[in-house]
Amino acid sequence: MAHENHEQVDALTGIATTGHSWDDIQELNNPLPRWWLWSFYATIVWAVVYCVFYPAWPLVSSYTKGMFGWQSREAIVQDLDTLKAQRAGMTAQLAQNSLEHIRQNPDLFAFARAQGKASFGDNCAPCHGAGGGGAKGYPNLNDDDWLWGGSLDEVEQTVRFGARSTSDNGHQGSMPAFGRDGMLHREEISHVADFVRSLSGLPTETSAHLAEGGKVFADNCAGCHGDKGQGNKELGAPNLSDKIWLFGSSKSVIMEGLTNGRGGVMPAWHGRLDDTTIKALTLYVHSLSGNQHP
Amino acid sequence: MAHTIAPSKGMTFGELGSTLAFAALAFLSVIIAAKAHTPEYAFHAYLFAAASAAATFTIINRYYDRPAALPPLTINGKPNYNMGPVKIATIASVVWGIAGFTIGLLIALQLAFPALNLDTAWLSFGRMRPLHTSAVIFAFGGNVLIASSFYVVQRTCRARMVGDIAPWFVVLGYNFFIVIAGTGYLLGITQGKEYAEPEWYADLWLTVVWVAYFLVFLGTVIRRKEPHIYVANWFYLAFILTIAVLHLGNNASIPVSIFSPKSYIVWAGVQDAMVQWWYGHNAVGFFLTAGFLAIMYYFIPKRAERPVYSYRLSIIHFWALIFMYIWAGPHHLHYTALPDWAQTLGMVFSVMLWMPSWGGMINGLMTLSGAWDKLRTDPVLRLMVVSVAFYGMATFEGPLMSVKAVNSLSHYTDWTIGHVHSGALGWVGYVSFGAIYCLVPWLWNKKELYSLKAVSWHFWISTLGIVLYITSMWVAGILQGLMWRAYTSLGFLEYSFIETVEAMHPFYIIRALGGALFVAGSLIMAWNVWKTIVSAEAVEEEPSVRLKSVLMAAE
Amino acid sequence: MSLWSRHKIFETNSIILIIGVLFVIAIGGLVEIVPLFYLKSTIEKVDGVRPYTPLELAGRNIYVREGCYNCHSQMVRPLRDEVERYGHYSLAAESMYDRPFQWGSKRTGPDLARVGNKYSDDWHRDHLNDPRAVVPGSIMPSYPWLEAKELDARGVADDMKVQAILGAPYSPEMIARAETDVRIQSNADDPNVADLTKRYPNAQARNFDNNPRKVTEADALIAYLQMLGTQVDFKLYDNKANVR
Ligand code: HEC
Ligand code: HEC
Ligand code: HEC
Ligand code: HEM
Ligand code: HEM
Ligand SMILES: [Ca+2]
Ligand SMILES: [Ca+2]
Ligand SMILES: [Cu+2]
Repeated sequence: MAHENHEQVDALTGIATTGHSWDDIQELNNPLPRWWLWSFYATIVWAVVYCVFYPAWPLVSSYTKGMFGWQSREAIVQDLDTLKAQRAGMTAQLAQNSLEHIRQNPDLFAFARAQGKASFGDNCAPCHGAGGGGAKGYPNLNDDDWLWGGSLDEVEQTVRFGARSTSDNGHQGSMPAFGRDGMLHREEISHVADFVRSLSGLPTETSAHLAEGGKVFADNCAGCHGDKGQGNKELGAPNLSDKIWLFGSSKSVIMEGLTNGRGGVMPAWHGRLDDTTIKALTLYVHSLSGNQHP
Repeated sequence: MAHTIAPSKGMTFGELGSTLAFAALAFLSVIIAAKAHTPEYAFHAYLFAAASAAATFTIINRYYDRPAALPPLTINGKPNYNMGPVKIATIASVVWGIAGFTIGLLIALQLAFPALNLDTAWLSFGRMRPLHTSAVIFAFGGNVLIASSFYVVQRTCRARMVGDIAPWFVVLGYNFFIVIAGTGYLLGITQGKEYAEPEWYADLWLTVVWVAYFLVFLGTVIRRKEPHIYVANWFYLAFILTIAVLHLGNNASIPVSIFSPKSYIVWAGVQDAMVQWWYGHNAVGFFLTAGFLAIMYYFIPKRAERPVYSYRLSIIHFWALIFMYIWAGPHHLHYTALPDWAQTLGMVFSVMLWMPSWGGMINGLMTLSGAWDKLRTDPVLRLMVVSVAFYGMATFEGPLMSVKAVNSLSHYTDWTIGHVHSGALGWVGYVSFGAIYCLVPWLWNKKELYSLKAVSWHFWISTLGIVLYITSMWVAGILQGLMWRAYTSLGFLEYSFIETVEAMHPFYIIRALGGALFVAGSLIMAWNVWKTIVSAEAVEEEPSVRLKSVLMAAE
Repeated sequence: MSLWSRHKIFETNSIILIIGVLFVIAIGGLVEIVPLFYLKSTIEKVDGVRPYTPLELAGRNIYVREGCYNCHSQMVRPLRDEVERYGHYSLAAESMYDRPFQWGSKRTGPDLARVGNKYSDDWHRDHLNDPRAVVPGSIMPSYPWLEAKELDARGVADDMKVQAILGAPYSPEMIARAETDVRIQSNADDPNVADLTKRYPNAQARNFDNNPRKVTEADALIAYLQMLGTQVDFKLYDNKANVR
């Protein structure tokens, strides 16, 4: 219709064409479909209304704030407050009561364990395993063997400040690098490694020099690990006489540790996780081992 | 690009200019290769040197072999179309398509079975994924767009393409860009911006190629014998122009040194994010939408032999589409540190974009009114019509996902991946296959494809593939989104992240299966294209009557 | 009727068509992008955000090179589940020196915006080496070559020079010391660590890959990961003062 030739009509539908032809392609002059046009208008109206209610248009030194004064960063504060309010009763009790008290109170304890479990999956499981089973270098939290002590308070201390972490309050002190730092010769290391294995009754080669190893141990190791290798929780020095190994019991792994030292890092969660979460984690982890000491 | 046709044989301006330019580039590349900071960059410099030297040599050789006069614009009053570059781009699109889909299949399998990363840098997911997106969008899609636009613009303008060297430069130069970009990803050369990963020197090269593309296309439109510009060409022009603007804006960067592949983007942080998604969203809007709508506007009416449904709808949806698309970028940044006001604009314009998008769908589908029966007999037309239906689906889903409440769930999840591939496989893939199936017999003067039955097989196999792909990703994405935000009755997060990763495993396997079917379909296409070129029955009539018979044979 | 015929001008004149297209596509981009540069509210006023140390910058470039952004976002959205899972929502200020930004668009793996100090260096080294060794269900690729490959730190000064041109507050001194700073930061016992933290407050200096013999790509990448999200002290952050 807009064009020179009004006569042309599509034979099949009887609808006028625009009269043009490009490589035999023509165009019908159908009007805009009504439903389409009205839907289009509807979206435009909706958009205008939305812009009235919400922040939308940039101006010279500010922007239109919208009638609701809505902001995503205010909304999240409120949303979190609602969430916290939902948990408030229990959380307040967690905050006020001592770990031991919480453990005695079945409802509170169940709540704490649920919170601990939720937090464990994203924060602790990457190192300690999904069920707290541990991995090489990352202690098993299900057993009743604790490097830094297994009382509720000791566990909380470890979780809050970590070990060899960036926190000044964390557990410090690590296993020296006897080989690398030239304190022991390779032979001595081999002897003491055999001796350490013998402490927990592991088989040693017949050629092993256990006596020499024992001497090296008494001179260098007993200070931390104890005379009989029973460990020292103050220093985080593991018990070497049980059958639980943090890094592994093979002679080569032990020698590697003696050569390069050991000092696994447990991060400090203080600051990243809030106090009640840390308490809840403590109770959860503590309950994993089923251990009885408070 | 003007060339002087000298009475006696002489080099045209284009020949001389490009010979000199390529020789200079070859020289420069050798110097850069010698002083390159990294071996990877030196490798690229050598590729540039080899390609430029080859180009110099070829142009000179071609000059000596050609007759004194350049090809005439018309023969016996009929346009003397230049289809050589179109043929190359068509074949390139098939080859790159298969490569891109296969890499897609590989990364899909890597997500299901991480051992397939093979512990090598080159093949690891983080490098292969950009290789996939670039291979399918820029290599496959880009060649389809170049091939079809050069074909369509000549035929709808009844004019031979402008330029002698230039069209070849566009096609070959563009594919060289793909090689540089792709090998770069494998070697770890990347700018780290989605869909704009190539580094500064590849970007510069693409800029030159793109300017040539624009000039060839525009020159041909200007040379047209038709009074009006056909709607397909509006879309092609908008696509070429806007992509140029986006490319320049989003890749603005300062190289560390001319001898280093590394550069730093001039935008930082939140502004970079906005520029990136202004670019990224409109790469979808203008590369994957406007360009392919142009294809739709030529090939569907042509194949169906029906007029376009509504001229007025074309006008409105064209202007509304290109105007509104530009605003929608922030829907990729909902709830991020981008200010709220910008997010609102992104959302409302995305919703308003729904109808302009559907205008294109209506115009494509309704063009078949009066010819619906052809869908039963012509699998090529069926591919294209289904593609338009997928376009409609993706452009309904897109505005939905742009609503902030929905996006808070879908963002970062596989839902986005499902959405991408309903657009990418269904719309971009199918309309491209349709165009390739039309183009091959037309370009190589064949009556019809070697096997229409094979097209049918391609259609059904890949449709099954798409269905598996997108349904699995929708379920996976929504599940993932819901698991991330699931709370226990006590008000604590229910799932750890790794549990949500593990929950995706079955869906990743189904997706890979769908991808394998899609690859299988494309292999059938490659075989069919090959057979058509080498052994389908040729047309006896003169080329101009050819098309009618091609379409008749389809029935 | 006459309105439709007005369109003829675009259909018959390609230059006018081009101008029309350019005009129409310019508007949206200008309105959305330009104000981000002049509106003061775009980037929050916070303390603590500093440019990357040379080692962190090198690590960031490795992060980009390996395409970690294809799986990891660095953008905690202000949604309650994200804040609970990852920590405080991300601020625009926290990525003000990021070229390119790495907010990501897909979370195949968890968000990394606040991963700094969450795990130990050893864990990161083990995890990068073979993610399934520490997280059995992981689908992240292994990156064993990072630990083996010595870091090529020769280019870092040039990198910093370009960033300085673009506005990062690197002083000429910082640029001149780039290579030494890489060595200082990858060794906790280096006597110049205090000096380094003067230039880059709160920088952590350690032997990140636990291999004292060389500075590797793993050193750089882990140094980068360990500083992510640690710069702003959210105990001091005031949302009200940063209304956007
Ligand atoms: C980066 C890895 C890592 C993460 C994450 C981690 N830990 Fe640890 N954790 C360790 C290491 C390593 C040790 C052992 C320290 C040592 O060797 O002395 C440890 C020790 C512990 C101990 C002391 C065990 C004992 O035998 O005394 C407890 C309790 C503990 N972690 C709980 C947690 C909790 C709860 C979380 C999550 C909030 C957590 N860990 C996260 C690495 C980690
Ligand atoms: C300064 C204190 C200290 C001294 C001295 C010391 N250790 Fe240790 N040792 C530790 C600490 C602390 C750990 C635990 C490191 C960790 O948790 O990452 C440890 C761990 C070990 C382990 C690994 C235990 C396991 O479960 O895998 C072995 C074996 C060991 N020490 C043997 C020795 C021997 C043998 C000597 C003497 C040559 C010695 N240690 C001297 C503190 C010490
Ligand atoms: C194929 C996708 C993929 C790629 C590529 C990838 N990752 Fe991961 N990443 C994951 C997944 C899945 C997890 C969660 C499971 C796990 O901890 O391994 C993860 C976890 C992580 C974590 C632990 C985050 C946390 O809070 O628990 C870090 C850190 C990490 N990746 C860093 C990187 C770096 C650095 C790169 C690049 C060099 C990278 N990732 C590449 C998928 C990927
Ligand atoms: C055989 C066919 C294909 C398979 C198996 C496939 C597979 C994949 C996979 C596994 C991803 C990564 C998803 C993730 O990170 O979780 C991906 C991403 C992507 N693919 Fe494909 N793909 C195929 C075809 C295509 C085609 C034809 C196109 C485009 C024309 C395309 C465009 C994209 C894009 C744009 C992305 C990135 C999406 C995003 O970042 O959100 N793909 N594809
Ligand atoms: C009206 C039209 C459309 C709208 C409003 C729209 C909207 C959206 C939205 C909201 C997202 C998710 C962003 C996020 O949460 O990260 C998205 C992603 C995407 N869409 Fe669309 N979409 C539309 C059409 C299409 C079409 C036709 C394609 C064709 C292939 C397409 C390709 C993509 C791609 C590739 C992505 C992934 C980007 C990325 O994150 O890497 N979209 N789109
Ligand atoms: Ca680029
Ligand atoms: Ca993406
Ligand atoms: Cu988009």
